Amino acid sequence: MCQCCCSAEPVVDPKAQKLAGVFSKYRGEKGALIPVLQAAQEIYGYLPKEVLESIARELKMPLSKVYGVVTFYAQFHLKPRGRYVIRVCQGTACHVRGASQIMEALQEKLAIKDGETTTDLKFTLESVACLGACGLAPVMMVNDETHGRLTKDVVLKILEQYE
Amino acid sequence: MRRVLICAGTGCVASGSRKVTARLKEELDRQGLAEQIKVVNTGCHGFCEQGPIVIVEPGDIFYCQVQEKDVPDIVAKTLANGEVVDRLLFKEPGSGQAVTRYHDIHFYAKQQRLVLKNCGHIDPENLDEYLAVEGYEGLKRALTTMTREQVIEEVKLSGLRGRGGAGFPTGVKWEFAYNSPGDKKYVVCNADEGDPGAFMDRSILEGDPHAVIEGMLICGYAIGADEGYIYVRAEYPLATHRLRVAIAQATDRGYLGENILGTGFNFKLKIKEGAGAFVCGEETALLTSIEGNRGMPRVRPPFPAVKGIWEKPTNINNVETFANVPVILRKGGSWYASIGTERSKGTKVFALTGKIINTGLAEVPMGITMREIIFDIGGGIQKGKEFKAVQIGGPSGGCLPKELLDLPVDYDSLTQAGAMMGSGGLVVMDETTCMVDVARFFLNFTQKESCGKCTPCREGTKRMLEILTRITEGKGEMTDIERLERLAKVVKNTALCGLGQTAPNPILTTLRYFRDEYEAHINEASCPARVCKELITYWIHQEKCNGCTRCARSCASSAIAGAAKQPHSIDPAKCSKCGVCIEKCRQGAIVKLTGKERQLVKH
Repeated sequence: MCQCCCSAEPVVDPKAQKLAGVFSKYRGEKGALIPVLQAAQEIYGYLPKEVLESIARELKMPLSKVYGVVTFYAQFHLKPRGRYVIRVCQGTACHVRGASQIMEALQEKLAIKDGETTTDLKFTLESVACLGACGLAPVMMVNDETHGRLTKDVVLKILEQYE
Repeated sequence: MRRVLICAGTGCVASGSRKVTARLKEELDRQGLAEQIKVVNTGCHGFCEQGPIVIVEPGDIFYCQVQEKDVPDIVAKTLANGEVVDRLLFKEPGSGQAVTRYHDIHFYAKQQRLVLKNCGHIDPENLDEYLAVEGYEGLKRALTTMTREQVIEEVKLSGLRGRGGAGFPTGVKWEFAYNSPGDKKYVVCNADEGDPGAFMDRSILEGDPHAVIEGMLICGYAIGADEGYIYVRAEYPLATHRLRVAIAQATDRGYLGENILGTGFNFKLKIKEGAGAFVCGEETALLTSIEGNRGMPRVRPPFPAVKGIWEKPTNINNVETFANVPVILRKGGSWYASIGTERSKGTKVFALTGKIINTGLAEVPMGITMREIIFDIGGGIQKGKEFKAVQIGGPSGGCLPKELLDLPVDYDSLTQAGAMMGSGGLVVMDETTCMVDVARFFLNFTQKESCGKCTPCREGTKRMLEILTRITEGKGEMTDIERLERLAKVVKNTALCGLGQTAPNPILTTLRYFRDEYEAHINEASCPARVCKELITYWIHQEKCNGCTRCARSCASSAIAGAAKQPHSIDPAKCSKCGVCIEKCRQGAIVKLTGKERQLVKH
């Protein structure tokens, strides 16, 4: 029975178990780094250093390469994120319809800046280039839900829905 | 059988279409009509602003902005008795006339929908509905009656050019890949639709995913590839889901996989989800991203047709391009070439957004004028304001003024005017949009998205952004304009990839058509559109103010003072210029001053 060399310590953590499942799914596949990172982030919510190290070991590549890819793409995060990720569209259509005021209202209400997370790990605030829902501009997404036709008042009411 | 089509695109879902669907099914069950009436969730109609959209067939009745509470009326009146619910009909902007039938609405009547034909009319998660509208017939014709060379000839004959931006002839591109030696080749679909303000690819993937798959299969057969990837943007979860469903169904029914349609042709298709990098829309960057690397572009040649993924010959086209292929194979290249202009064939989907009345997707024949798109289909400018400019082609495109409204929309005319077709985003701007601010906005975007590999783009975009920011803050000098022009030309000529080469376009076109606005910012510290915060002061017209206190109560900075029923005033030192007071004022007493006008309140 082949035992993977990285499992010197017994695997008990359910997240690590899931990650092992991801590894076996992508084993031997070319160009697997990005989907593995995406799946790992799905499990952990972000990409802790230890996870990056085990990915590097599993895919047999230098940690520097993994780190390079992680920091290149906007989707990957090295720090914990909020339970609700608010992505405020700052695309052209939203911009000309006042998206920056929506961003300001959120920053003021949550007392965090673009890219930051509230201390209670409830909300993360991010700007995004375009959500492709320009017909409803200005738009934001909270996790997978899209909210459109925003005004300052509407935004504050939407926040209350997320507890 | 009566069908009720409910849009389940991203826009309509955000406006509540899932709730409408659930309620309708419940209501039909309760009334015992579930057996006679079929509820279908469709893809996007491209008229998202009017969502959720519900269509009743037969009869072609178009209901817009439908909410849960409207469902009982639709069931009781329309479905049970064949009556129309007037309040849910679309009202034409301007005349205010209610329109009953989908195809009578101006927004749709003037369009020619080839690529978007099925979007909104079939269930994208049901292969049978695609087959019922001649789905996979193009593939069948290619595989069973044509040689690979004939397929390429057909596509060349159609005159189809790449819909992702540069407009390279698709058939010629296929021919390159076909001629490239190698036993392993790939087909890649670029669905990394990153241009802000463009959402036609999302709409096609959500509304008619099989058309894209069919286009890729035909391409695979033509160039001799047996494997393909669709690279989808991370921000499009619904499109990804629909594609997964479509791939599974097509595989199940023998349209993908081994020995397709019994012809011995094999093709497998995989989805790669992007991870959030605009530059990955550039083809060489996209290919290296599929390989699992940092998505940075490389020098061409070698072109992907020679060395693509894992150094194998690869043909890469965008979503809309592939979606055009099935109809070309079904109806023939010469039929397709009869639409459009001499050098730009077929139709193009434009995303109308910004300060336009009818926001949405408009598919029109090439060569139509900008005026027809914006005023006939788009319904003109919101709130009776004046048209100022249209930004075409995303951050790499240009801003065109009203003098060019009669410009025919085709690849070559647009390039000549300093803009580009790009992906087809049309962002309409009115008199309240500052063109210097718009240029700064785009530079801010391209600067952030610059991958940093080549110096002209990495440093050039940063310096240009600094200059533009300076000008919008009233700190610019006249020499800045020359400096900007010089830098813009250097970056345009020397950057490594399309992102850098086109990043200066917004600056060059705004300088070409709106130079007076730059000069006003520099010479008079004036922002004519009253947008740039550093150059405006909020002021209350003392004679118009009736002292209602609405503005003072809504001001988050406590910058407004004044007793009830007495004229109020704004303390410029405290004012954050957020604009809430103007929204609240019913007297129109609050105005933004700029340039010399500001001296009114200096003391």
